[in-house]
Amino acid sequence: MKIKIPLKEDVIEKLEAGERVELTGNIFVARDRVHKKFIELIEKGKDLPVNLKGEVIYYMGPTPAPPGKIIGSCGPTTSSRMDKFTLPLLDYGLKGTIGKGKRSKEIVEAFKKYRAVYFVTFGGCGAYLSKFIKKIDLIAYPEFGPEALFLIEVENFPAIVGIDIYGNDIYEKV
Amino acid sequence: MRKIYSDEIIESICKLIGEISFTLPSEVKNLIKNAYMKERKGLGKEYLKVILKNIEIAEKERIPVCQDTGMAVVFVEIGPGVIIDCGKYKSLENVINKGVEIGYKENYLRKSVVSPIERENTGTNTPAVIHIIPSEGDKFKMTVMEKGFGSENCSFLKMFSPGAKKEDIENFVLQVVKNAGPNPCPPVFIGLGIGGDFEKAAILSKMALIDLEKGSSRWEREILKKVNSLGIGPGGFGGNFTALGVKIKTFPTHIAGLPVAVNISCWAHRVKSVTL
Repeated sequence: MKIKIPLKEDVIEKLEAGERVELTGNIFVARDRVHKKFIELIEKGKDLPVNLKGEVIYYMGPTPAPPGKIIGSCGPTTSSRMDKFTLPLLDYGLKGTIGKGKRSKEIVEAFKKYRAVYFVTFGGCGAYLSKFIKKIDLIAYPEFGPEALFLIEVENFPAIVGIDIYGNDIYEKV
Repeated sequence: MRKIYSDEIIESICKLIGEISFTLPSEVKNLIKNAYMKERKGLGKEYLKVILKNIEIAEKERIPVCQDTGMAVVFVEIGPGVIIDCGKYKSLENVINKGVEIGYKENYLRKSVVSPIERENTGTNTPAVIHIIPSEGDKFKMTVMEKGFGSENCSFLKMFSPGAKKEDIENFVLQVVKNAGPNPCPPVFIGLGIGGDFEKAAILSKMALIDLEKGSSRWEREILKKVNSLGIGPGGFGGNFTALGVKIKTFPTHIAGLPVAVNISCWAHRVKSVTL
């Protein structure tokens, strides 16, 4: 199934855990460091540098782009490390996350409550996945190096629905 | 006495890094191909197909196989007949780190090393984790591993009591793999270090991951079979291939204990040696 980002409610409703999807649109790229920063800002009552309403975050830290390439290797990192930071971001309107691996029961429940989706993509396949990325922009925190906040434009980016809004979890089926 | 100059060491490390980041060892590739052929239909098998495609693209276009180009782990086996001329670098440790720094820079690899508490990136992917192993004659062999942390985070060490049975060790391995589930990017390689003391067991478990090309023992095959019966499968999507290999290294231990370390490596197992 082909999906456009930002995610719309009528699309989210149709997604079921285990389904193969192809994502097209702009996606934020953030991992441990940016998540920690976002939560600090939220706790201090400050604004986030970006609007997350309807948006998707890809848990990833790319290798530097070699000459002539848009991006280097760019596969998913382990999502469970972001579990403790996810609830406040869902509260800010985040509608989807992309990563690899299982997530806590609390997160499965939260995705149900906030009607958000967790996508899983192919771990370790950063060379393959780089083929679906058309553009990358640094948005904030260059000092975090590979952990900075980026925005990428993806076209038919391959993923699998990991957790849907009905509480189904692909890893529970195994 | 044989003299080895810092430049040779730096160059060799750069070369190894430039090879393993883009091309997996042939035995690793063959094990993945075999798994793909034999895996049952489903998402796990499809994932193996994507992995093979990824390996092909990485090799052809020199894009790192995985974006986590790891922390560099360097084993150095050095005999008494070798003198290292470290030149301006002053120590073998500095020479190795220089090689890692240049290797990561020149090959456009991710710099993933940070200070442990402040989390400030060192910007060079150094320091590397270096193990110096005393050897014989004028031997000088270096093994470089790019160890990703998705799998490193799933590794465990347990201090068993001397009464522990082989079965208890097996159950520990199975528990570690089960807990890890999809997180370390299965199908994984399992390095098992048994004996020594606390840190010896951990080092043994990492060294076990180097010895993949050597044939496996009966116990290693038995553990592999049990791990694969867990059904976690490639990517944790279900299937018969949760692990591609199990390697055990043992060392005598104390009458009062039995340390056991399980070091997990993802399928993108990047390791290579060179003898100077």
